[in-house]
Amino acid sequence: MNKESKMMRWLNERYNLSLIEHFAEEKKVPHFRGSFWYYFGGVSLFLFIVQVVTGILLLMYYQPGAQTAYESVRFIVMKVQFGWLIRSIHSWSANLMILSVIIHMFSVYFTKAFRKPRELTWYSGFILLALCLTFGFSGYLLPWNTLSYFATKVGTEIVGVVPFVGKPVMEVLRNGSDVTTATLTRFFALHVAVLPALFTVILGVHLLFIQVQGISEPESWKYLPESKKSHIPFFPNFVLRDVLLWLIVLNVLAILAVYFPWELGHKAEPFAPAPIGIKPEWYFLFMFQSLRFFPPKLLGVDGEVLGISLFGLAGFLWFLVPFWDSKTSKGSRNRIVNYVGIGVVLYIIVFTVIGARAK
Amino acid sequence: MMDVPSTGKMSRRTFLDYFLGLSVVAWLAAVLYPIIDYFRVPPQTEAAPSSVVAGSVKDFKPNSGKVFRFGNEPAILVDTPDGKLEAFSAVCTHLQCTVQYRPDMQRIWCACHGGVYDLNGRNISGPPPRPLTGYKVAVKGDDIVVSKS
Ligand code: HEM
Ligand code: FES
Repeated sequence: MNKESKMMRWLNERYNLSLIEHFAEEKKVPHFRGSFWYYFGGVSLFLFIVQVVTGILLLMYYQPGAQTAYESVRFIVMKVQFGWLIRSIHSWSANLMILSVIIHMFSVYFTKAFRKPRELTWYSGFILLALCLTFGFSGYLLPWNTLSYFATKVGTEIVGVVPFVGKPVMEVLRNGSDVTTATLTRFFALHVAVLPALFTVILGVHLLFIQVQGISEPESWKYLPESKKSHIPFFPNFVLRDVLLWLIVLNVLAILAVYFPWELGHKAEPFAPAPIGIKPEWYFLFMFQSLRFFPPKLLGVDGEVLGISLFGLAGFLWFLVPFWDSKTSKGSRNRIVNYVGIGVVLYIIVFTVIGARAK
Repeated sequence: MMDVPSTGKMSRRTFLDYFLGLSVVAWLAAVLYPIIDYFRVPPQTEAAPSSVVAGSVKDFKPNSGKVFRFGNEPAILVDTPDGKLEAFSAVCTHLQCTVQYRPDMQRIWCACHGGVYDLNGRNISGPPPRPLTGYKVAVKGDDIVVSKS
């Protein structure tokens, strides 16, 4: 930097910017056929930022409470300038963010980026996904419409089915034995305070791990000589591509939000019959649909209890993949990991489609 | 910590380590306990009514039903096709959706997962594991009074 601007010189005298400069020059990113999938982490990050910004904007008008929540969201959509746009973007971006995080997770899984030394990155990423789902579940109730009211009722009741801990956890979630305005208060606190704080901290840790260890190289590079590996510099090449992709995502988001505005539905009426078409959000559909296939009783065990226990176990094993995939870390290929992964992807897709088509 | 004397006596160092460790645990417990307990829902002292007027006889005709509020819960009153009045809790025993009367089926039906109950509240198809809780119905003048039995 020979043509330093005045400000740069001022800063440099005080903070030794050459450190950052050096860092940006050194950092590089592996470049290969599958590196497209690397960008979904960045896209997820971008969508989270969109959520924080639009969420804070919604907070300027939103009022929790059974008598005010629906009315305030309707006010946002009908009266507030661009309110419909902000709400629509928050809803669309929430869904795209979860989709992007899921794609990111599977690409990490299939490139085996979770293996040693990146186990902790995988664990923190898994927690981030769980937090995303909790964000979605808690946000869904906030507009207090019929569908979200009954879906929350069913969703929390399913938590209550879990043996031993289920009932107490359900009551803590609902803030009582039923879904009421007290539940709305609690979900609101979760959604706008607890989760953002937790998410930000864990995201920071996740990014720190990645920063310290660098981005993982693909499996196929293991025995390649250094000269055969191709990299692109992080700055500016990778960053520019990232920014370009963010712009594309922002445009997609704008198109979706404008041409397919998010519906508000009808205000929840706790003392009216449940409407037809109660469904959870799409990312819970595959589990919801599977539970429907369980018989009410199986070998004397409640079908729901069994189903939930199985999903809990499966999720736990997925979380622990760095443990049971011991071969990959020792250098030999472990095909089982791929088969399991493909099986899981197919299962989720098939059951989501069945669930979406069921009436 | 390496030099625990074999005489069985604790070195001053080990003792201090234990002491500090315990203090940290106690401190954490003292901080966390009230926070965790804060989330437990305090008991509500709102007494649930034991009976409620569900409507007027004049508003009902055979083969119809109505969901009404009974304390903090929805309940359902059914005027059966042969003109009898029956009342149940309207909370589906499957996952707590609110049931409704289906004149076309002459049954009580839950829209959430298609649970079906007969006009005695018995679960006859779909996922519900138990019958609906039944209530007593009495007609006083024009009022239909529903009470918990
Ligand atoms: C700091 C972060 C956030 C804040 C302050 C925030 C705030 C809010 C507020 C005030 C609402 C109610 C208004 C409305 O329903 O339109 C809401 C709804 C919602 N939020 Fe968030 N949010 C944040 C992050 C997120 C994230 C990360 C997700 C998902 C991954 C999410 C998903 C949702 C969903 C699905 C709704 C329901 C939208 C609707 O149907 O109207 N939010 N949020
Ligand atoms: S809640 Fe009624 S059938 Fe599931």
